[in-house]
Amino acid sequence: MTDSASATRLEDGSRYSFGADEFVFVELSEEMSLQTTLRVIAITDGLRDDDVPGLLDICPAHVSYMLRVDPEVLDPRDVVVLLGDLHRRCGDSSELTIHARLIELPVFYDDPWTREALMRFRDRHQAPELTDLQYCARINGFNDSEELIKAHSSAPFIATFIGFMPGNAESYQLVPRARQLEAPKYLRPRTDTPDRALGHGGAFTTIYPVQGAGGFQLLGRCAVPVFDVDHRLPDFAGEMVLPRAGDIFKYRPIDHEEYLLIRASVEETSYRYKIRETTFDLAAFTVDPDAYNKHLLEALSDD
Amino acid sequence: MIEVVAPGLYSTIQDRGRSGFYALGIPPSGAMDRFAHDAANALVGNSPEAAGIETTFLGPTLRFGAFTVVAVTGADVTVTLDGVRVPLWMSQVVRAGQTLQFGTTRSGARAYLAVRGGVDVPPVMGSRSTYVTSGLGGLQGRALQSGDVLTVGHLLIPGTEPRGGVAVPDDLVPTYPTDLEIRVVPGLCDYRLTPESVRHLYSEPYGVTIESNRTGYRLSGRPLEFVGREAPFGAGADPSNVVNLGYPVGSIQVPSGTELICLLRDAVTGGGYATVGTVISADLDLLAQAKSPDRVRFIPVSVDVALAERSTRAQRLQRITWVATR
Repeated sequence: MTDSASATRLEDGSRYSFGADEFVFVELSEEMSLQTTLRVIAITDGLRDDDVPGLLDICPAHVSYMLRVDPEVLDPRDVVVLLGDLHRRCGDSSELTIHARLIELPVFYDDPWTREALMRFRDRHQAPELTDLQYCARINGFNDSEELIKAHSSAPFIATFIGFMPGNAESYQLVPRARQLEAPKYLRPRTDTPDRALGHGGAFTTIYPVQGAGGFQLLGRCAVPVFDVDHRLPDFAGEMVLPRAGDIFKYRPIDHEEYLLIRASVEETSYRYKIRETTFDLAAFTVDPDAYNKHLLEALSDD
Repeated sequence: MIEVVAPGLYSTIQDRGRSGFYALGIPPSGAMDRFAHDAANALVGNSPEAAGIETTFLGPTLRFGAFTVVAVTGADVTVTLDGVRVPLWMSQVVRAGQTLQFGTTRSGARAYLAVRGGVDVPPVMGSRSTYVTSGLGGLQGRALQSGDVLTVGHLLIPGTEPRGGVAVPDDLVPTYPTDLEIRVVPGLCDYRLTPESVRHLYSEPYGVTIESNRTGYRLSGRPLEFVGREAPFGAGADPSNVVNLGYPVGSIQVPSGTELICLLRDAVTGGGYATVGTVISADLDLLAQAKSPDRVRFIPVSVDVALAERSTRAQRLQRITWVATR
């Protein structure tokens, strides 16, 4: 692999560079793996614990992270010295267990609103003659949209990157790599997406917190919000944002009728999310993912 | 008290922005042209954290309920007080009942109005800046509307008196050219571009398109090519895709190689397109004043230059503050 002069590497091969005077960007790997994500979490947790003056923002992503500094207090060039140390300390993460919340999210797949929105941006899409759902089904080797919906909704996802905009949680499905659903982002991003649209890009699913721009393939619409600026719903408990890194989401397919019923309960602020506290054990998951998920999801069927 | 008689095209309350929430997906927001905003604050004797109004192309019409001092900086625009033209980059006394009216910008895109004491709205996460995308901060999280009433605060530099005629020294008043040179620190995922495309990025002109706003500027010009590869797992098939990562404010991405997007103060904080470099803070101010169809040339510089230019900007502001508090 060749690098331009602008990227430099840490001892463990991680690339780092400067986002001008305020940002430091570190990329551990170019490809997704749960192990790398957990290592990113360990490194950025370590940085947070160090409480470095002038370090304004610590932003973990799937296989990279980004730091924002106040250059008047902390020179970005000095940050790199800290990182070498930290990367050595956080070596192996294959046996990590994390505390997690399991959250069920009701999704109306192939809904009329995201369909209307995606039809407006066919000129920016890889396959203008198909809907995003049909396109994703085809490129992932399914016979039809129904099969894709089944694959997407049966195994849970874990939130591995909180970012893009408030409430956005990109989540990675807890299935072996060979069964991961993959899709390119739009050729050029849309300038509009309905709020609560369920999108998939790369190997990640997200729910768009608010209406706005976006490049993920649109598969459906979640009936409940992940972002609530006035925290009106009881489960937001004073927060604006529902998801946190490490949350595990189960997308439950619903039809139009149930969608409208849930919307009504959200509107009258009586809706309660189905949330269960749990732990995620990477080693146990890796041994038998399907059996592990079955055990994990039992917590949601207890009432 | 200030009454919004007409809101203009897109006027928002902004200050220096919020820090510490980027990891939650909340960008800093704040004045797009930070230098102009800070200068306006200094001219009226405000402390740096005071909020003002950022206008876009066509500014607002405002009626003042009480005596105060204001200053307008940034884009070149005709501003009148009860029909009499007021100079820009200079403090101006306003009496109770007077109306301040902004016209349309002649050069530049955004003008800044500071009111002595600052526009007062409840701070959200440590800032009064409006982030319209998520409805945060400012006045109810949105742009100003006719009939809005703004309250004036008390964020002053101690010991300053209200006075008109305080001006930014001539040599510190920026001009906003239609051909811009914007300095960029190369890096991030620029290893994804072919060496030839890196050369094009730093030699060809790129035109500012109408899809340009506080979130980012879209620029059109010579397409760029990415190094061929087998897509890494999780990235998506398009050569411009990466496994989603954080986007610095000022970073440049090239979706599908066809269009450049430079993210600005209301940036999306991350996503799945390869980023190839970051505009230095000092030049974000200049870019904030660009408008379609202005042309931009990107100049590669080191992080040392980025830091030095940041200090230069801070020194210029110090001179303005010195003049204003003398």
